[in-house]
Amino acid sequence: MTGERTGLRGAAAIVGVADAVSPTGELEGSTRALEVRMIREALDDAGLSISDVDAVFSNLSPGWAPSLELAEYLGISPRWTDSTQTGGSSFEVHVEHAAAAIALGLCDVAVIAYAATPRSSFKRGTGGYASRQALPGPTPGAEWELPYGLRMPMGAYALAASRHMHEFGTTSEQLARIAVDTRRWAARNPRARLQDEITVDDVLASPFEASPLHKLDCCLVTDGAGALVLTSAERARHLRKPPALVLGTGTCHTHSMISQMPDLTTTGAAVSGPLAFAAAGLSPAEVDVAQIYDSFTITVLLLLEDLGFCPKGEGGAFVADGVLGPGGSLPANTTGGGLAYTHPGMFGIFLLVEAVRQLRGECGPRQVEGAEVALAHGSGGVLSAMSTIILGTEATA
Amino acid sequence: MTVVPIPEGAADRIAPPVSPASEPFWEATREPRLVLQWCASCDRPIHFPREACPRCLSDDLGYRDATGRGTVHAVSVMPKPANPSMAGRAPYAVALVDLDEGARLLTDVVVDDPWSVTIGQRVSVVWEPLPDGRHLPRFAPDPDRSD
Repeated sequence: MTGERTGLRGAAAIVGVADAVSPTGELEGSTRALEVRMIREALDDAGLSISDVDAVFSNLSPGWAPSLELAEYLGISPRWTDSTQTGGSSFEVHVEHAAAAIALGLCDVAVIAYAATPRSSFKRGTGGYASRQALPGPTPGAEWELPYGLRMPMGAYALAASRHMHEFGTTSEQLARIAVDTRRWAARNPRARLQDEITVDDVLASPFEASPLHKLDCCLVTDGAGALVLTSAERARHLRKPPALVLGTGTCHTHSMISQMPDLTTTGAAVSGPLAFAAAGLSPAEVDVAQIYDSFTITVLLLLEDLGFCPKGEGGAFVADGVLGPGGSLPANTTGGGLAYTHPGMFGIFLLVEAVRQLRGECGPRQVEGAEVALAHGSGGVLSAMSTIILGTEATA
Repeated sequence: MTVVPIPEGAADRIAPPVSPASEPFWEATREPRLVLQWCASCDRPIHFPREACPRCLSDDLGYRDATGRGTVHAVSVMPKPANPSMAGRAPYAVALVDLDEGARLLTDVVVDDPWSVTIGQRVSVVWEPLPDGRHLPRFAPDPDRSD
């Protein structure tokens, strides 16, 4: 199986990136205006124009068909279209689909876009993040989970954390360490929402959102937007910036509701990670910089184990001495992550944007020197949908 | 079967919708009685109820009485209500409970001290009346069996 997947290795590249965030947590403009601005900036970053685009990816829209509505708004007629929605990991899934389509010659230039303004929308009283608590239609979730008052999404992650603590002796202090080291990166990022360093005690002293997760174990709620442009590796070599080659990809989803998760302490990343590493011909030890979805500290801990950075159950010990922070052996979430940089509900596109910038050496005070291999791992739903992307510089081709 | 009163001052809980496959489940709660959907081919329970078995896709399905006893698999305390329908109940514990038959259910736990609920604790079903005559299954620490 993995042998067949190596056909993707190095065939496509991310050639343009853009994101919009603010230390205030709020952005001006409609989500559509933000998406278009991001697409314009990402195309400009690549040295391409909208007339080059023949593939559109979008997971959100006010209507029923995200990629159709975005393409219509842009005034283009793409030959590859993709509205795949897996929550926060949608953009890793989009990169996988785009790379496969480019490798097969089914499209040439792909645009992936995202914008959400839950923070300013909530202030205006037009829904926003609070809408996650709203009544959905007659879904299984409404029937079997909603009546029981699990706070969402943090309650679902809290259940997984409680189980990991029970099975492996993981502690709140170990989880807090992830938030502390992520904030050390944010302190080097003037665009981050939260830039003050914190201590383990600060995390433990913050109130429970859903035990055992404290407020500082949980991601932000901010506005944010981003876009990615992909094309073939061959075309990439003639564009404005050094390409970030797509070396390996993998995706796996295991459930939608937390009560249906097959194993609360093992995610689909245990499948997507090995698939991506096998396709790339690399091992976890060869990753120079990792962007690992940090909706909650427990998310990072589970993913570190499932992606193979440490054995199952040893995530707590693995993170305890600062490996994820500046100067650590596995620099992770170098923007400050969903915990401190931005989190508009779906963080996956920001993982990819930062992975590309690290490979280009564009990250200033938070730059991981000599980064050649970057991993971006998205998690969507409630530990539901996992997608791993491994990127590399030309030197890794 | 134990029916527990709605706490004084608590808001009306969100009434779960009924899907075609789960109608027998909710009808039984009128008595109240806990039933589980089973696949005849796999001879294993299915939860949530479906119109086909999620293991073998068989539609040879039926309902059987459940013991109503289980074990806490995971637990989290909500210091604040998740939505207005849980007002007046916080703090409360929400747990995943593994029924002895092998099905896993989400529930809130009926207990004086929500912080006392532990993984591995034995629990059994209790019922909260819903306005339409159904009952909502919830779980409480089992006084007869503990470990």
